[in-house]
Amino acid sequence: MSATVDITFKLNGVERRVAVAAQMSALDMLRDQIGLTGTKYACGEGECGACTIRVDGLTVNSCLMFAVDCDGRDVVTIEGLVTSPIGEALRKSFTKNGAVQCGFCTPGLMVQASHLLEQHPHADRSEIQRGIEGNLCRCTGYKKIVDAIVDAEINAA
Amino acid sequence: MDAIVKSRADDSLIGKRIPKMDAPEKASGKTRYIQDINIPGQLYAKILRSTEAHAKILSIDTSAAKALRGVHAVITAADVPWQRPIGVAKDHLPLKRDRVRSPRDEIAAVAADSEDIAEAALKLIKVKYERLPTVKNVEDALKAGAPILHDEDLAWTRPDGKTEVLHKRSGDNVAMTFDYAQGDVAQGEADSDVVIEDVFWLHYVTHCCLGVSGVIAEFDAGDNLLLYSNTQVPFLHKREFAEQLGIDPGRIRIIQPPIGGGFGSKLDIYPFEPIAIFLAKATKRPVKLIFTREEEFVASPTRQPVLLKLKSGCRKDGTLTFRTVETLHDNGAYTSWGATTPFVMMQTFSSLYRVANCDYRTRAIYTNNPYAGSFRGYGNLQATFAVEAHMDKLAEAIGMDSLEFRLKNAQHQGETTPQGMQFKSCGFQECLRTAAARSDYQAKQRSNREKWHDKNPIKRGAGIASMLHVGGGAKIYPSDGCGTILKIDDFAHVTLITGASEIGQGSETVLSQLVCEELGLPLSVVTVVNNDTDITPWDVGVHASRTTFIAGNSAIGAARKAKTKIFAAAAEKFERAADSLDLHGGFVIDKNTGDKIIELGKLIRSLHFSDKADLVMTSFYYEPPSAHQDRNFKGDVSAAYAWATQVAEIEIDTQTGIVRLLKVTGAHDVGRVLNRLGIEGQIEGGIVMGQGYALTENLIVEDNVVRNPNFRDYKLVTAPEIPDMDISFIETMDGEGPQGAKGVGEAPAICVAAAVANAIYNATGVRIYALPFTPENVYRALHGQSKAPIWKPLT
Repeated sequence: MSATVDITFKLNGVERRVAVAAQMSALDMLRDQIGLTGTKYACGEGECGACTIRVDGLTVNSCLMFAVDCDGRDVVTIEGLVTSPIGEALRKSFTKNGAVQCGFCTPGLMVQASHLLEQHPHADRSEIQRGIEGNLCRCTGYKKIVDAIVDAEINAA
Repeated sequence: MDAIVKSRADDSLIGKRIPKMDAPEKASGKTRYIQDINIPGQLYAKILRSTEAHAKILSIDTSAAKALRGVHAVITAADVPWQRPIGVAKDHLPLKRDRVRSPRDEIAAVAADSEDIAEAALKLIKVKYERLPTVKNVEDALKAGAPILHDEDLAWTRPDGKTEVLHKRSGDNVAMTFDYAQGDVAQGEADSDVVIEDVFWLHYVTHCCLGVSGVIAEFDAGDNLLLYSNTQVPFLHKREFAEQLGIDPGRIRIIQPPIGGGFGSKLDIYPFEPIAIFLAKATKRPVKLIFTREEEFVASPTRQPVLLKLKSGCRKDGTLTFRTVETLHDNGAYTSWGATTPFVMMQTFSSLYRVANCDYRTRAIYTNNPYAGSFRGYGNLQATFAVEAHMDKLAEAIGMDSLEFRLKNAQHQGETTPQGMQFKSCGFQECLRTAAARSDYQAKQRSNREKWHDKNPIKRGAGIASMLHVGGGAKIYPSDGCGTILKIDDFAHVTLITGASEIGQGSETVLSQLVCEELGLPLSVVTVVNNDTDITPWDVGVHASRTTFIAGNSAIGAARKAKTKIFAAAAEKFERAADSLDLHGGFVIDKNTGDKIIELGKLIRSLHFSDKADLVMTSFYYEPPSAHQDRNFKGDVSAAYAWATQVAEIEIDTQTGIVRLLKVTGAHDVGRVLNRLGIEGQIEGGIVMGQGYALTENLIVEDNVVRNPNFRDYKLVTAPEIPDMDISFIETMDGEGPQGAKGVGEAPAICVAAAVANAIYNATGVRIYALPFTPENVYRALHGQSKAPIWKPLT
């Protein structure tokens, strides 16, 4: 087995110390090592956004980030997001607006939406559409996801 | 009294915007999909696939892989001599014995302590091949002297030791043939004022479920199999796996974790499933096998590519006279449901519009390409593409308005088609009128045409297309039914146990609505159990847009039986006539006055905890009033039929070939809207899937190999590209449908490409006969640099 590296980072508000394999992705660390399975694998190469997490406030495709690069950072996953006011607003608006069908893309979209709402609290529909263009959804046709983000925007305002 | 009746109607759940019951869990990251489930002691499996498109396997050396630390089993066909051919035609062994026929073919599989170790072990397996000549497409497959893919009998050894041939060798590459005829096409052609003939090419696409394929297999100490599976057909799978293992199907339990997208991709048994079972058997450990995205592109099914020749005619007054259709389906190397899409396709040719004379012929052809499965719409996207191109062309040829031409030939309620389909509810005329009026289709068509020769390179187009699809189940299997068990506990909490699977479409919510509507209860008291074959009653599976209709009627039937039981008890207890009672707001009430008689939970407790204890548990099995087709493909296969018209408006840059879909105006005959939020989601999602089929998606298969097995090179529609969507629901209140509803799941994806093709013609005067409408393909077509598809099969 390959060498492991000890890293320390904040995960969903709590300080974590983890020994990770050098070549491991942040996605695999979260899912397989820590057991937070809300972050999804759907392509493994940064094309679909299902594995989106927040790192120091920015959104990152966790499949493309090495776990060791989480060292010293502030990481938020869907599990942490939904305990925040903006996450709660998104969970409610995604539910109410029919933005969830199979639900596999939903956590990544909500994490992306949380960043969008923080950066652009008054984004219009087309800005929201561009803001989530890195997230693929095969079920909904995106319209209700945009509806949900608009709704959360109003409620968060 | 009026006020009371009104308030009860206001409480109705039907037609409301009801959020999906599983959405809060999914939107918290808490839902455990198969990828998220880990069983203590589980091993991780990986499959070694062929590097050759067509070859003999001379030898497989697994010794180095077996010696790798952490590897628990390496298996090949030699380790499972009892394996049984799978699939629709039983022409396919899970692990290939001595020959591979496609680059996706499974040669060996590993179970190890981790995915990394399993992956490393695959690299240590040495396979020697002897290359065979390949078949790259359907034309090659039909040439004299072409390599024959299935020129050997495929046999298996039964548990009793006898050898049985399940797939007979063939002298050609024809996997399946469909011939259908109505009327006399020669007479129809003779009666025509206008006859046109064209060849169409419909390309490869694939499902791209966000959740990749996966399975977990585990045997208990008594050799009973527990399978965690994403299948859309758990009860059919039980039987298949039982046959595979030579055991009683009763010893197989399938649990379906929430499914990350289906769209038809999970309707057949695929090699990875038996392979995981073989590994679990070999290691006596739970075995988990999850695809990578690349594997999903390469080894999950495709929509069937179709070469299609259509000849149509009409009279000057606009009456359709005949259609002659011939198609070649690229079946790939093995037969899955893709080969059987003619069942649906011929209905569109014979019965979407009234046409007295129709000949239909399909041959599904073996090639060394990926094999085609079922995909939302089931051949209807391809059939509708051709039919609606010809509706436009015929109208133009006789100088008739394209909407008027369609209205003249569109089906009405009450008609029985020559193919035997009975349209007991049919809103097709209204769909056409509504979509055209709301989009201002006719005026836009006229004004767009006037700008064909303008200097402005940016042009606009409007195109119309309609569809007919089964909307009341589809009698393909011996039964098209679904069972329901309903339990009402002593707190008047309802457990709805249904055979119907939830794949994201919202069936659990709609079924709960229907039950609560009968029982006068709020949705909050329902728990749905729908994912465990040891508990749920039989259902044929989630396919053919059937779940709301079939499982819905089944749920209503069980609820009505419960209601009868409750009324009988209340009638006896309160000395009233049972037919004077109703249920509302959790109470038994007087039907006429609305007065509360007793709280439902209290009544149920009094039944349960008495000297003649009785539980309120009921079951119901619904079999739709439809018929199997006869040998000539005639019959009323569905209890109801769904209709839709969509108008697509596009903008096209003739200098770049870029087509933007601006707006889709849809009018859908759905019988009745049950959950407005859910049905909008189905239709919007379907339209955008149809948009991908029309404009962006293209699984590139060259020399039998998938060249773009990733989301960068296989382009799904993203959020900024979606059109405006204006959806109207035509509520025809189907007499057999649950609360009047019909199926809708597949319908919205079917018309989009056909409507876009007509819109491109309306914008430019150029008709394109091959999909997809990518910028390069469109640019070439607009500038005379592309060849129309050619029909050149030799036989």
